[in-house]
Amino acid sequence: MRSSTSLSALTLVAVLAGLTACSGGRSSAQDAADATPVRGGNLTFAISVDSGCIDPQQVGNNDALNIGRQLVDSLTVQDLDGRIQPWLAQSYQVSPDATTFTFHLRQGATFSDGSPVDAAAVKANLDGIVALGAKASLGSTYLQGYTGTQTPDAQTAVVTFSRPSAQFLQATSTMSLGLLSVPTTTADPATRCAGTSLVGSGPFVVGSYTKDDTTVLERRSGYDWAPTGAEHQGEAYLDSITYRVVPEASVRTGSLQSHQVDATTGIASQDLPQFDGNGFWTQRRANPGIPYNLFPNESRAPFDDVRVRQALSKAVDREQLASILNPGDQAVRSALSASTPDAADDSSVLARDLAGAERLLDEAGWTKGADGIREKAGRKLTFTVLFWQPTSAVLELLQQQVREAGFDLQLKQGTTADTTAQQNSGDYDVLFYNLTRSDPDVLRTIFSTDTRNVNQRPRGAVDDLLAEQSSTTDAAQRARLVGQASRSLVQDAHSIPLIELSTVIAASDDVHDLQFEGSSRLWFHDAWKQS
Amino acid sequence: MRSGGGLAGYVARRLGQAVLVLWAAFTVTFVILYLLPSDPVSIMLAGGQGGEQSTADPAQVAALRAEYGLDDPLPVQYVHALWRTLHLDLGNSIQNGAPVTTLVGDAVPQTLALAASSFLLALVLGVGTALASTAVHRAWLRTLLQALPPLGVSLPTFWVGLLLVQVFSFRLPVFPALGNEGLASLVLPAVTLAVPVSASIAQVLARSLRTALAEPYVETARAKGASRARVHLRHALRNAAIPTLTLGGVVVGNLLAGAVVVETVFSRVGVGRLTVTAVNGQDIPLVQGLVLLAAAVFVAVNLVVDLLYPLLDPRLRVVGGAGASRRRTRSGAGRVLVGGAA
Repeated sequence: MRSSTSLSALTLVAVLAGLTACSGGRSSAQDAADATPVRGGNLTFAISVDSGCIDPQQVGNNDALNIGRQLVDSLTVQDLDGRIQPWLAQSYQVSPDATTFTFHLRQGATFSDGSPVDAAAVKANLDGIVALGAKASLGSTYLQGYTGTQTPDAQTAVVTFSRPSAQFLQATSTMSLGLLSVPTTTADPATRCAGTSLVGSGPFVVGSYTKDDTTVLERRSGYDWAPTGAEHQGEAYLDSITYRVVPEASVRTGSLQSHQVDATTGIASQDLPQFDGNGFWTQRRANPGIPYNLFPNESRAPFDDVRVRQALSKAVDREQLASILNPGDQAVRSALSASTPDAADDSSVLARDLAGAERLLDEAGWTKGADGIREKAGRKLTFTVLFWQPTSAVLELLQQQVREAGFDLQLKQGTTADTTAQQNSGDYDVLFYNLTRSDPDVLRTIFSTDTRNVNQRPRGAVDDLLAEQSSTTDAAQRARLVGQASRSLVQDAHSIPLIELSTVIAASDDVHDLQFEGSSRLWFHDAWKQS
Repeated sequence: MRSGGGLAGYVARRLGQAVLVLWAAFTVTFVILYLLPSDPVSIMLAGGQGGEQSTADPAQVAALRAEYGLDDPLPVQYVHALWRTLHLDLGNSIQNGAPVTTLVGDAVPQTLALAASSFLLALVLGVGTALASTAVHRAWLRTLLQALPPLGVSLPTFWVGLLLVQVFSFRLPVFPALGNEGLASLVLPAVTLAVPVSASIAQVLARSLRTALAEPYVETARAKGASRARVHLRHALRNAAIPTLTLGGVVVGNLLAGAVVVETVFSRVGVGRLTVTAVNGQDIPLVQGLVLLAAAVFVAVNLVVDLLYPLLDPRLRVVGGAGASRRRTRSGAGRVLVGGAA
C-alpha cells in the first residue's frame, strides 16, 4: 500500500506541477549582503519522518539528528572544509598513537538546568553512551575501544582508548556525542527520547514534543558559546523552531509553496525547480561518508572474481546517474563522497569503460548469449540488488547501463524489515546503501575485515591501510593513507560507488542564514526570519 | 437462546465472546509478527523507515535484543506477553521505549474526533443521497444520484485527500493542510474520510429503500392517503434502516482503515499513523496494543448494533432477535477486523 500510495501521489504531483507555471529567475535573498538579522519569530520546518525520539545521542535518522543538533553543543565543531575547530573544548591534544585525547574546556558554558559544562559532564556523557550500547546507534560505534575518561581538574577531560582511534576527534564534533547534563545521562532512555528529561547546553531547548506531529524548540536565553565559525555570538535569533512531521512528499511541496511551512529538506528532486527563485531558495550539499554504493558479496560466484567486479564498475555511467538525480549534482568520484575530509579523486578509475568491461568479462570466461546476457558453464550473469531506499529511478537506469556489458541486474525493493533481514543473513549478491559520516574512518567501519566486512572477503593489503589511517594523527600522512585505501577499494571494485546523497534545503526567501554543518545537517543558531 | 436468560444473560454471553475475540486477535498478531523476517531491533537501529544503515556492534545489538526478551523461545515470549496483557500492561514500544498505553492513549482522542465528525458527515451525505436517489422522478437525475455511491466507494482515499488539500489549502488558503489544531484542520480530513463511508451507507440504504418501496404495506399506506414524503420517511426508511444498521461494523472498519491514509496525507496524529509506524518498525508490543484496541472497538460496535435491532423492529423482540441479528453482523465484523489490522 505504501508504494502504490506514493506512486499515485507522484503522478498527481506531476500533473499539478504542470499546472503551476513557475517563472525563472534566481532569488538572491539568501546571500543579500545588506540583509541585517532580525530577532524573534518562529521558523516552521517540515520533516518527513518522526522516529519517535529526539535524543541526539540515541537517534540515527537524519531528521531527528537535525533536531538534536540544536539542543546539544559538542566538544569540537567541524567546518565545511572538514577541519576540526574548538567549541566547548577551547583546545585539545591527541597522543601520537591516537589513543589519548585531552580536551581543555572553555569557562562559563552551562546546561539549561544551570549546571556547568565541565569535565565531570564529559565523563558522564561518554560513560553514558557506552552504557546505552546499541541504543546509541551512532555514538556507540564512535566509542568502540573506549576505556574511560579522567578528570584531573574541572576543565580538563582525558579520554583514553584501548586501541588507536583517530576518528574519535571528528566524532566529538557530532551531535551523537553532543553533551547532555549529568542527570540526563543516567535518565530513562524513553523519557530522553520524548524530550522530557533532555537537557543540553545548545542554543535551543525543548519546548514540546508530540510524536508524529510537532517538535517545538525554544531559544535558550543567555546562550553565549557558539562554535568557531558561527556567524554571530550570543543567543540564537529565532524565538522558536517548530518541526512539523509531514509524511507525504507532495504535501511538503505544497505546504512550502503556500507558506504553511518556511523550509524543509524533504522536497522530491523533480519538484525542486519550483523553488529556485520565485520567492524561494534552495541550497544543496553532498552528505559526507560512503556514497550510495554497490557492495558485491565476494564469498561466492560471480563476484569472487575481481574481473567481474571491475567489469561491473566499469559498466556504470556515473555522469548519467548524477544527471537524473538532482540537477547540479556531481558524479561520484571516489569511495568517499566529495564532502568527506581526505576524499580523493579517483574519477579516472570510475569513468565508464564499456569496452574494458566487455574485455574483462571475456577474459573471465563469460560469453554473451543470444539475449545479450553473458553466460558461463550454463549459469547466467544474473544478480539481485535488494534495497529499501527511494532510489528506484537511479537503479533502473543502472540496470540498463550494466546490461549493455551483459549483466542481468535484478532489482528487489523491500521494506526496511525484510531488506535488513536478508543483509543480516549474509545471503545476498550485492548490497546497496549509503552511510553519512564526516570522517574517512567510515571506510574502515564498512570495508575492513576486522569490522563489518561488507564484501565478505578474505583479509588483504587494504586492511592494513585502513587500520593504519585509524592510528595516524598526522593529518598529511593520514590523508595519504586514506587516499591509498580508497583507490585500492575502487580499483579492486570492493566498492562500486554510484551516486552521492545530497541534502537539499528548500526555503522561503524570508528565511536567512539557515546553513549546513560539517555532516550536512542543519544549523539554526544563525538562522533568522524576515517578519 | 430463544427461551432467554434475558438481556443480562445475553450481554454476559456476548462479553464472553468478546474476550475470546480479543485473545484470538492477540494470538494471531503475535504469531504473524514473529513469522516475519528481520527483527525490530535491526529496524530501530536503521533509524526506522528511511533511515541509513546501522554500524552498531553485533554484540551490543544482541544485548539489546536480550533486553527486550526477543531472544527467548517463542512460547516463553508468548506467555510473558499474554500474562502482561492480562494485567493490563501492554508493555513498552521497542522503537522509543514509551509505554504502549500512553502512545495509544494520546492518539485515540485525535482519531475519535476525526472518525466521529466523518461519521456524522457521512450519515448526512449517505442518507441524503439514498433518499434523493429513490425520491426523484427525473430519470437523468436519478441515474446521476445512483452513480454517486459506486463512484465514492471506488475513489482512492489518498487521491481525494491530495486533491482537496491542493485545492482548498495550497491554491485557496481556506483550510490548513497540516496538523491537529482546531476545527479548521479537521474539515478536509473529515470530508475525505466521509466520502467512502457515505458512499457505502448510501449504496445499502438506497437498495433497501427501493425494496421497501415495492412492499405491499407501502401500497396500503398510500391507499390510506399518506403523503409521498410520509410513506418515504416514516414507513420505507424505518424498514430500510435495519439492513443499513448491519453496516455498523463495516463503517467502523472503513473509518479506521481510512484513518491510516487520511492521517498520513494531512499529517495528523492518530491511531492510523501510529499503526503505520508500528507495523513498519515491527514494533510488536505497539502493534498488539493497537490490534487489541481495534478488536475491542469492533466487538463493542457489533454489540451496540445487535442491541439496537429490537428497538427498530418490534418483531425481533418476539423471536429473540439477538441470535438472528448476530448471524447478520458476523460477516461484517470479520471483514472489518482484517481491514483494521492491516
